[in-house]
Amino acid sequence: MGAFLETLIGGLMAGMLYSLIALGFVLIFKASGVFNFAQGAMVLFAALAMARFAQWVPQVIGVQDKLLANAIAFVGALALMIVLAWLIERLVLGRLVNQEGITLLMATLGITYFLDGFGQTLFGSDIYKLDVGMPKDPLFMFQNVFQGGILVSKEDLYAAVIAAALVAVLSLFFQKTATGRALRAVADDHQAAQSIGIPLSRIWVIVWSVAGFVALVAGIIWGSKLGVQFSLGLVALKALPVVILGGLTSVPGAIIGGLIIGVGEKLSEVYVGPMFGGGIEIWFAYVLALLFLLVRPQGLFGEKIIDRV
Amino acid sequence: MLYRENGQFKTSYRADQQIFPIVQDRIAIALLLVVAAVVIPWTAPEYLFRAILIPFLILSLAALGLNILVGYCGQISLGTGAFMAVGAYAAYNFTVRIQGMPLIVALLLGGVCATAIGVLFGIPSLRIKGLYLAVATLAAQFFTDWAFLRIKWFTNDSLSGSVNVGGLQVFGWPIDTPVQKYLFCLAFVVVFALLAKNLVRGHLGREWMAIRDMDVAAEVIGIRPVYAKLTAFAVSSFIVGVAGGLWGFVHLGSWEPAAFSIDRSFQLLFMVIIGGLGSIMGSFFGAAFIVVLPIILDNLPYWFDVPIDTALASHLTFMIFGALIVFFLIVEPHGIARLWSTGKEKLRLWPFPH
Repeated sequence: MGAFLETLIGGLMAGMLYSLIALGFVLIFKASGVFNFAQGAMVLFAALAMARFAQWVPQVIGVQDKLLANAIAFVGALALMIVLAWLIERLVLGRLVNQEGITLLMATLGITYFLDGFGQTLFGSDIYKLDVGMPKDPLFMFQNVFQGGILVSKEDLYAAVIAAALVAVLSLFFQKTATGRALRAVADDHQAAQSIGIPLSRIWVIVWSVAGFVALVAGIIWGSKLGVQFSLGLVALKALPVVILGGLTSVPGAIIGGLIIGVGEKLSEVYVGPMFGGGIEIWFAYVLALLFLLVRPQGLFGEKIIDRV
Repeated sequence: MLYRENGQFKTSYRADQQIFPIVQDRIAIALLLVVAAVVIPWTAPEYLFRAILIPFLILSLAALGLNILVGYCGQISLGTGAFMAVGAYAAYNFTVRIQGMPLIVALLLGGVCATAIGVLFGIPSLRIKGLYLAVATLAAQFFTDWAFLRIKWFTNDSLSGSVNVGGLQVFGWPIDTPVQKYLFCLAFVVVFALLAKNLVRGHLGREWMAIRDMDVAAEVIGIRPVYAKLTAFAVSSFIVGVAGGLWGFVHLGSWEPAAFSIDRSFQLLFMVIIGGLGSIMGSFFGAAFIVVLPIILDNLPYWFDVPIDTALASHLTFMIFGALIVFFLIVEPHGIARLWSTGKEKLRLWPFPH
C-alpha cells in the first residue's frame, strides 16, 4: 500500500509538470489555432537564458545576493521571451494567416529547429546547473500511518505547488481581466473578435508571451531538476499525449490530462513494465491517449467536433 | 517558344488520359531517365552517390508514400519513421531467418509487414481527425522505437542492438559499389512512382482526394471512409516500408532503431510539405531540397574558407535550416510543386504573356 501511494503521488507530481508544458500548447492553440510544436524548444530556450543570465548577472553587475541575481535573471529571461513572441508573430505567424493547420504546424517545427540552434549559439551547449533554491532533500510523510512512511521528493512537491499556483493565476487572468476576456473572444471566433475591434496581432503577441512565460517557469522547474541541457526540449514530446487526452482547447483538460498521464505512466512502469522488459513509459502515455481518443475523439474536455457539409 | 502544345490533337481517350499529355514533357522525362540511368552512373563521383544521390532516391520514395497519406488522403502522420523501421526490420528478419531469401522479395515482404502495422495504426483515423490524429500517430513511432530496442527477437539477439546485412545480390549480380546501389534504388523509385501516379489518378486516388477535401461529404456521395482511409494507410505504409528496407539494406548496411527515429518522421513530413502536398513530383522536389540543403550548409564554411568551430557550425546549420523552412512556407505554402506548375504555365505563354 505504501509503495502504491508513493508511486501515485510521484505520478501526480510528474503529471503536474507535464500539465505545465501542456498548458503552453493549449494557450496558443486556443487563441491562434496553431499547434505549437516549438513549445519544447521554448522551454529549452527559456531555461538556457535563465541559467546563463543567473551566471552572468553576478559577474557583470556584481550583484552578489543570490535571490536578487535570480530575480534579475528571471526578468531578463522573461523579457527575452516577450521579444521572441513579438518576433514570431511579426515574422512568421502574421505572414501565415489563413493557412492550413498542417502548414502552421510545420512552421512551428521550423521555429523549433531555429530556436534549438539559436539558443545554443547564444548560450552555449554545455549542461548548466540552475539553482533557484529548490530543496533537494526528500520528505517522509504519513509515517504514523504506514510503516516507514512514504518518500516524497520535496523538490517535486514545490514544483507541483508552483505549477498549481501558476494555473490558478492564469485562470484568474483569463476569467477576470479585460485582456483575458479579449483572449477568450479571439479563441472563440477570430473574425467576430476582430469585427468588434480586438486587435488580433496584439492578442497573438500576448498569448505567445504568456506561453513563453509558462515555458520559462516549466524550464526553471525542469532545469533545476535535470540540469539545463538539450534534452530539455524533448519534454514537449511527453506533454503531447497530455494535450490530446485533455482536449486541445481546454485549460482544465491540460491539467487533468497531465495528472492522468503522470499517474498512468508511473503506475504502468512499476506494475506493467516488468512484464514487457521495462522502459514502456515512453509509449505508454501515447497508447493511453490513443485508446482514450477512440472513445472521445475530442479529448476529455475539448470542444465537440461537429462536421457540417 | 519551344514549349507549345499547338497542333497536338488528341484523337483517342488513351491519348487524352496519358500521364504527360504534352510531347515536350514526354521528351523531357525520357531525357531525365536516360541521364539518371546512363549518364550519371558513368560520370558522377563516388561521394555524390553516397552522400546525395542514394539518400535522395530512397527518401523521395518514402516521401512519395507519405504524400499519398498526407497529401492525397489528408491524414497527417508523424509516425512515418515507424513504418520505415518496420519495413527494414521485417526485411532483415526474412533475410536472416529464411535461407536463400531473394533481396527483392525480402524488401517487398518488409513492405507487406509495414502495411499490416500501418493499417493497425490507421484504424484510429476512423474516429480521430486532424491534429489529434497527428499526435496519435506518434504512438506508432514511440512504440516501434521501443520494440526494436527492447525486444531482442527482432534484432536476432544481436548483442549491440544494431543489425547488419551484407553481400546483397539480385539475380546473381552483386550490389556492392555505389553505382550498383544507385541503379538498384533508381529501379525501385521509377517503378513505384509510376504505380503511385496511376493509383492516384484512378478511382482509388479520387476517393482519397474526396475524403481529404471533406470526409462527410464524401461519405454522403457513397465513398466508404473505412475503405478509403485504410487503403491510403496500406498503400502509403507499403511504399514507406519498402523505402525503409532500402534505407537499411542499401544505404546504411547496418543500423540501429535511431536510424528511424522521430527526426526521420519530421524530415519526411518536411519533404512532403515543402515539395508540395498532393503531388508526386513534389515528393522528389522536397526530398532533393531537404537532402541537399544540410550538405550545402555544412560545407559552406569550407568553400569560403571561414574557420569555424564545428559545434558552432552545427548550431548555425540548425538555425539556418529552421529559418529557411519557415521562409519557404511563407513564400510558397503550397510547395515547390506549385512553383513548378506556375513556371510551366508562364513558359507556355512566353514570350508574349498577353
